[in-house]
Amino acid sequence: MSGTQTTYNDKVVRQFAVMTVIWGIVGMLVGVIIAAQLVWPELNIGPWLTYGRLRPLHTNAVIFAFGGCALFATSYWCVQRTGHTRLWGGPLIPFTFWGWQIVILLAAITLPLGITSGKEYAELEWPIDILITLVWVSYGLVFFGTIAKRTVSHIYVANWFFGSMIIAVALLHLVNSAAVPVSLTRSFSVYSGVQDAMIQWWYGHNAVGFFLTAGFLGMMYYFVPKQAGRPVYSYRLSVVHFWALIFTYMWAGPHHLHYTALPDWTQSVGMVFSLILLAPSWGGMINGIMTLSGAWHKLRDDPILKFLITSLSFYGMSTFEGPMMSIKTVNALSHYTDWTVGHVHSGALGWVAMVSIGSIYYLLPKLFGKTEMYSTKLVTTHFWIATIGTVLYIASMWIAGVMQGLMWRAVNADGTLAYAFVEGVKGSYPFWAIRWLGGVLFLSGMLLMAYNMFKTMAGGNTKDAPVIAPAAHHA
Amino acid sequence: MSDFVNDFWNLYVIVIVLASILACAVLLIVQGKATFTPGKTMGHVWDETLEEYNNPMPKWWSWMFVITVVFALVYLALYPGLGNFKGMLGWTSVGQHKVEVDTMDAKVKPLYDKYMAMDLKAVSADKTAMEMGKRLYLTYCMQCHGADARGAKGFPNLTDADWQWGGQPEQIVETITGGRMGVMPPHAQLGGETIKDLANYVRSLSGLPNDSVRATKGQAAFTEAGCIGCHGADGTGMQALGAPNLTDKVWLYGSSEAVITETITNGRQNKMPAWKDFLGEAKVRLLSAYVLSLGAK
Repeated sequence: MSGTQTTYNDKVVRQFAVMTVIWGIVGMLVGVIIAAQLVWPELNIGPWLTYGRLRPLHTNAVIFAFGGCALFATSYWCVQRTGHTRLWGGPLIPFTFWGWQIVILLAAITLPLGITSGKEYAELEWPIDILITLVWVSYGLVFFGTIAKRTVSHIYVANWFFGSMIIAVALLHLVNSAAVPVSLTRSFSVYSGVQDAMIQWWYGHNAVGFFLTAGFLGMMYYFVPKQAGRPVYSYRLSVVHFWALIFTYMWAGPHHLHYTALPDWTQSVGMVFSLILLAPSWGGMINGIMTLSGAWHKLRDDPILKFLITSLSFYGMSTFEGPMMSIKTVNALSHYTDWTVGHVHSGALGWVAMVSIGSIYYLLPKLFGKTEMYSTKLVTTHFWIATIGTVLYIASMWIAGVMQGLMWRAVNADGTLAYAFVEGVKGSYPFWAIRWLGGVLFLSGMLLMAYNMFKTMAGGNTKDAPVIAPAAHHA
Repeated sequence: MSDFVNDFWNLYVIVIVLASILACAVLLIVQGKATFTPGKTMGHVWDETLEEYNNPMPKWWSWMFVITVVFALVYLALYPGLGNFKGMLGWTSVGQHKVEVDTMDAKVKPLYDKYMAMDLKAVSADKTAMEMGKRLYLTYCMQCHGADARGAKGFPNLTDADWQWGGQPEQIVETITGGRMGVMPPHAQLGGETIKDLANYVRSLSGLPNDSVRATKGQAAFTEAGCIGCHGADGTGMQALGAPNLTDKVWLYGSSEAVITETITNGRQNKMPAWKDFLGEAKVRLLSAYVLSLGAK
């Protein structure tokens, strides 16, 4: 390869983009399997393929394998394009790709074997945690190293979000995963009791806040204006909602522990900051959707924009729902029910997956020397299947969740519970079946995407694009 | 009681919570005062086409933000949140729980009181009482004893005539009130051969197929090893200790030679939890009557 300083490093973007689709299929397939296990319990096979072991595999695969690869791909693409420079970092760059893939493979092996630290969304045992740390620090070096050698003075807004995601996730991972190892496959958390629960949900909610929100807002800030061909709606709004998100997200974790042994003051603080989060979250949605003002017609025939704008609608909806659910009296009904599961998936399928899918569809042709995807029609089909799947999923979980909450709290005149627990389970069956169907639809969409991707890749060239000089007046 | 080891953390929480909320307000006010040029960009271009408009923040959005900030401050004045400050309403989650429980208890007390004065057998024949008892059972007992009360491995069947700790009304009340701890000690020290003999003898007691040579040897071992101390010389058990009758067809863990061998070798520990403090006497009484009615069928 000649003239390495004059081209972008698109190889690593290509690798991560392809693996986003592959891991998306794997993670969502596991999700469909565990959804089926709830409807047909006999599908729990051996100890290895039981719900209890596959569920963490599902969450790890979709969040860190699918979502993670999408973040790596888009942030590496974005930081080079908006910094007008090639990625910095030499061997650290391929290390982030291969290191991350090894983490995912180790997760896929250890979790079904029952090797787990037992911390939700952080189940991987300590040796894998160390590898994650090494990869993540390398990621930070590559990203901020590239920022440092940018050839434009201003740092584009998308990079603030990617950067905050990288810093916050490093902090969360290191603090929450602190443990005392007793063997290669076993360790004990250094926290105990309610402190452990609080640290866990400080991590858990900020994994949502920084990994699944800030990172994907970074994606949104690059790909929405790019695809719409319109300037971002308001620079000032992006400043305010960025810093407000940073101020408030770190506090929201206690709303996962309402009405528990967590002290009252901590619960209150978690609740009020969750409510304050509403406006900063909607700031991102407004900035994305309003970017399209004046170009609404593009939504009609551009399926990539359809994905991006729909993702923002789901983002707006789930970030309204979240603060509402953090209110103690609402939480008293929603907590421990499928409503929470529905809420998570309106964010996960509707927002995170859709914005990633839209962005990857934007990238794939460019990464393989094509002008567009092999079939735009299939992209449109994918969009509708994914949307219907998401709606089925969320609506069934809303109904099931509210039903469960109401059944659990219903009492007879003598103070006894009106329903035994198992009656709630029985009542949930039809909705679990609908949820499974929604998942099947979403997964089918990913299979269409994979077909479309391989067809687009076929016969494509993988030459790195030349670095574009910054605009003249942008000194 | 304070949640903090010293007053520094109290102040730390107050300062950092207020500072973070006020930072949001300051951010909104300061940025809202910037010069806006609606419809014009900030003058920066990235990657050929990326630009940003210098539009103001939507008014309704800013107001929504302000309202949540004000709500937060008001909430923290009324409810606990700022360190040790209890909030002006004096609300606690423990207090709320107590009020709700007391309210419900006071409401249902007359319903239960009626049965406190009645003989347990009479309660177990009362239709309303048994409906209440069944609902209590389905909430608190079915997890172990099953929805149909037929038990499961390690959890006694409540519908048969076999009572590990006694089936008299006062014995059932005692079992639910204070719980029971059943212990079969491990006997691995007897050695595999002797245990096999014992297992065959135990099977012979209830007429199950067995190796008669081993059973005869086992009979001697039954006395020598001290089994008779709890299960009695004839193997009919002792309810005072919760030692099961070995001569009937009821098996808590299973009757195969392998399971009996496991039981003798490693022992068994079983626990019925005590319900008095959690449910109170009145509910325990109704549950006892319900269990009594099950066994009577």
